[in-house]
Amino acid sequence: MTANLALGLAEYAEGVRSGDVSAEEQMAATLERIARHDGVLHAYVSLDPGALGEAARVDRDARAGRDVGPLAGAPLAVKDNICVSRGPTTCCSRMLESYRSPYDATAVSRLRGAGAIVVGKTNMDEFAMGITTEFSSFGPSRNPWDTDRVPGGSSGGSAVAVSALECAAALGSDTGGSVRNPASFCSIVGLKPTYGRVSRHGLVSYANSIEQIGPMARSVRDAAMMMDAMAGHDPMDDTTRRAGPAGGHTAHLRDGVEGLVVGVDAREVDRSTCVGRAARRAAGALESLGASVVDVDLAHEGLSVAAYYVLTAAEAGSNLARYDNIRYGYDMPPDGYEHGAYVTAARSRLGPEVQRRMILGGFVPSAGHAGRYYLKALRARDVLASEADSAFSSRGLACMLSPTVPVPPFRVGEKIDDPVELFRMDSNTVLANLTGRPAVSVPFTLCDGLPVGMQLVGRAGEDARLLGVAAALEGAADDMGVPAL
Amino acid sequence: MSAKIGLEIHCQLTTLNSKLFCACRADYRGMAPNTNVCATCMGLPGTLPRLNGEAVRRAAAIALSLGCEVPGTLRFFRKNYFYPDLPKNYQITQLDLYGPSSVGHGGSVAVGDRTVSIERVQLEEDPGRIVYGGEGGSAGDTLVDYNRAGTPLVEIVTGPDMRGAREVREFLGILHDMLENLGVSDTSLEGAMRADANVSIEGGNRVEIKNVTSFHDIGRAVEYEIARQAGNVEHGLETVQETRQWDERRRTTVGARSKEADQDYRYLIEHDIPPVGVSGAVAQIRASLPESIASRRRRYAAEDGMQAQVADVLSSEPHFARLYDAARTGENSRELANIITTDLMGLLETREARDCSRWSGPARRSPRRSTRWACGPSMTPARSRAPSRRSWPPTQRPSPTRAPRRRPSTTSWAWS
Ligand SMILES: [Zn+2]
Repeated sequence: MTANLALGLAEYAEGVRSGDVSAEEQMAATLERIARHDGVLHAYVSLDPGALGEAARVDRDARAGRDVGPLAGAPLAVKDNICVSRGPTTCCSRMLESYRSPYDATAVSRLRGAGAIVVGKTNMDEFAMGITTEFSSFGPSRNPWDTDRVPGGSSGGSAVAVSALECAAALGSDTGGSVRNPASFCSIVGLKPTYGRVSRHGLVSYANSIEQIGPMARSVRDAAMMMDAMAGHDPMDDTTRRAGPAGGHTAHLRDGVEGLVVGVDAREVDRSTCVGRAARRAAGALESLGASVVDVDLAHEGLSVAAYYVLTAAEAGSNLARYDNIRYGYDMPPDGYEHGAYVTAARSRLGPEVQRRMILGGFVPSAGHAGRYYLKALRARDVLASEADSAFSSRGLACMLSPTVPVPPFRVGEKIDDPVELFRMDSNTVLANLTGRPAVSVPFTLCDGLPVGMQLVGRAGEDARLLGVAAALEGAADDMGVPAL
Repeated sequence: MSAKIGLEIHCQLTTLNSKLFCACRADYRGMAPNTNVCATCMGLPGTLPRLNGEAVRRAAAIALSLGCEVPGTLRFFRKNYFYPDLPKNYQITQLDLYGPSSVGHGGSVAVGDRTVSIERVQLEEDPGRIVYGGEGGSAGDTLVDYNRAGTPLVEIVTGPDMRGAREVREFLGILHDMLENLGVSDTSLEGAMRADANVSIEGGNRVEIKNVTSFHDIGRAVEYEIARQAGNVEHGLETVQETRQWDERRRTTVGARSKEADQDYRYLIEHDIPPVGVSGAVAQIRASLPESIASRRRRYAAEDGMQAQVADVLSSEPHFARLYDAARTGENSRELANIITTDLMGLLETREARDCSRWSGPARRSPRRSTRWACGPSMTPARSRAPSRRSWPPTQRPSPTRAPRRRPSTTSWAWS
C-alpha cells in the first residue's frame, strides 16, 4: 500500500473501512511530508505527538468491524485559536505561548467523534488579526504556489496545510474573511457558515458577534462532510440555538444551478484586471449551466469595511482584556507595579496589529465617542443587513458572486506596513460576516500562475444550498493542478 | 434639612442551584478557595456564557413584585473594566441605554406615606472576592477567590426618593421581607445583600457611598453622610460630588480616589447571549408569584379579624405564615396566631439571642423581631434545625429530599 495524500474525505473513510487504506500509513506519510516541507511553508506551529498512535487505533477498530465514522482516519489541521485538550492553544501570541486548554472546542470534539485525527495546530495572525499570517508571533507562513508570497490569513497555516497535502482538511475561523481569503490565495475551498451554525465553544473570541469556525478543504464535498460532522446546536453556545440539527450539507451538491438567480456586484468585477475578468468568466460559467446572472447594486456596501473595523476593534478590546498577564502570559514579575500599570506594561508586549486594534477598540465605544463610532457602526450593520435582505428577496437571488479577494496573492512583506491597504483586501468578504450570511470561496483559476478564488454569499441558514452552487462552480473551474513543491 | 437618598441594592439569588452562566454552585459559601470554579466562570479562552433561565425567571419575579414592567425582550451588555476579581476583565450585566432591556423598570414601593420609585432591576454576575493581606498567604499578599465569580446578582436601583435614614431602613426592611417571601435569596448569608447609597441635601452635590456590606450599616452610613453634608452647609463649605467608601470599623465615610469614580465602562452589547424573549413567560411568572405580604396582611385582618399588629408580624414571615395558613381552621385562628407570634417567635428569639454574637440583619419595623435575624452564617446549630434548600416558587414545604450542603438558613427551621 502506498499512501495517497490527495484522497477526499469520503474515499479516505471508505478506504479505511474496507482496509484498502491504512490510516496509520497515511498519517505517517502526512507527518513525513510535514517534516520535508514545513520548514519552508510553516503551516504548523505545533504537532500532536499522539496522532500516529490514534491512526493505528482507527485501523484496529476498522479491522475489528467497529464503526470508525464518516471521517475515519483523516488527518485534521486545527487553527491555533481553536482549543484542543492536548497540546498548546496559543493564538500565535506570546501572551498564550504556554497556555494549555483543558478542553476540546465543540467543533474539534465533533470531528474527532466522526473519526478525524488532529495532526497539529496551524499558524495564524496573532489572535486572528490580519489577512496574511505575517502577524503571527512565530513567523509567517508561505504560499505553496509561490513561497515568496503570503498564503493569506488569518487562517493561513490551515490553508497552506490543506493545499500542500500536509493534512486532509482543516479548521479555520472567519471574522472578516479569515477562512475565505487564504482559501482563495492557496486554491482550496473555505466556508464561512451562517452565524450560529457552528458552535464557537472553544474558539478564542476576537469579534464574537460575527465570527465562525469554518471548514477548509480540497473540495466542496469535503467541506460539506465536515459541516455535517460539526454543525448544529450546541448547549455550550447559546448563539447556536437556531442552528437546527447537524447534517444535510451534502444534500444539494448535485442539484446544479438550473433556474437559480446569481447576483453580481458590477463594481467588484473590474474587467481591467485579471481577477475581475475571472469573475465575469465565473458568472458566465454559471449562466451556461442554467443560472441567470443579474447585476446587483448594494448602495451602502462602501460602509462595510469601516463598520467592520469599528465593531471588530470594539469587541476585540473587550474579548482580549482578559489577557492581562495575571492568569496567563509572559514571565514578568509584578514587583514595583500597581495593578493598572502592570496590565499596561504586559499588554504593550502584544504584537503591533493586536495593539493597534486594542487601542482603537478602547476608543470607539468610549464615553463621548461611542455615538460617532461604535453605535454608528452598529447602525451601519443593520442598514447593510436589510439592504442585502431586500436585494436577495426582490431579485430572488440564490447567492451573490464576486472575487474572494480583489488581487492574487502578494509578496511577503509587500503590504505589511500599510494597514489601510490591508483593510481594503477585506472589501468583498466582510459583508457576509456583518450580515451573518454563509459565504464560500471556491478555487477558480490562476492569474499569472497564482490562485484566484471566487466567493459566493448565500442566504442565512441555507449553507447546504450555497454549497450546491459552490459544487457547480467547482465543476466549471479551470484545472489548476497542484502546487509544485 | 431634608436629604434625598437613592439606593442601589445588590442581592444574590442564593437559592438557585447554579451560577448565572455555568453549572458551578450559586452558593459558594464554606468552600475552599477556587474550588467552585470551571472554565466558563474563570473566563478561560473560548468559553461562552450559557444563560441560566431560572435566574432570569427569579429576577423577573423580583421585578414584578416591585411593581416593575418587564420588557418583552431582555438584553445583556458588557461593562468593561480591569480588576483582578473579574476573570474576563468585563462584567456581564444589563443596561437600558438603548431602550428598556433590563429585567424590570418603572416600579414603586410604598414606604409609609411615601412612594419610593424603582428605576431599574437588572440581572448580572457577581465578581470574585479579593482577600487583602494574609488570610492564607503572606501578610503582603492580595489573593483572589473566584468561587463567587458568576453568582447571579440582582441589582435594584431606586429613585432619590427617601428622605432620611429611617426611611432607608424601612425600605430595606420591606425589600428584605419581600425577597424572603419570594424565596429567591437567603439574605442572612454574609454578602448576600450589599448596597450603595446616593445622598444629597438640599441643593448640594450628590455623594455616592459604596462598599456597604450589611443592611445595618447602610442606615449608619446614610446618617453619617447626612450629618457630614449638613456640617458642610453650616460651615459654608461646598459638598464635593464624589464617591466615598464606608469604613466599617471607624463608622465613617471616606473619600475614594476620584479615578475610580470617573471610570468609563465602554459598554458593549453582549452578543454571546442572544436577546431573551420573555413576553410569554411573564404572565406565567406573575401567576406563580407567592401571595404578597401586603395581601396576606389584608387577608388576615379582613378574613380572620386579626389585630393589625399581629397581622403585620405574621404576614411578613413567610414560614410562619405558611404554618398558620396550613393549620388554621376558622375557629382556631385567633389562638393559633397568638401561639405563633408570641410563644413560638418568643421562644426562637431567646434561643437565638443566646446563640448570636453578631448582628447583621436589617432594622425591623417590629421591635419584637429585631434580633431574630441576628444569626449570620457563623452560627451553625448542631441540633434540631434541619437545613433545607428552598424550592422555587415557594411550596408549602421545602423539599426534604434535597441534599443540604449549604449552611442552614435562619428561617428554615420551622419545617424541621
Ligand atoms: Zn463555573
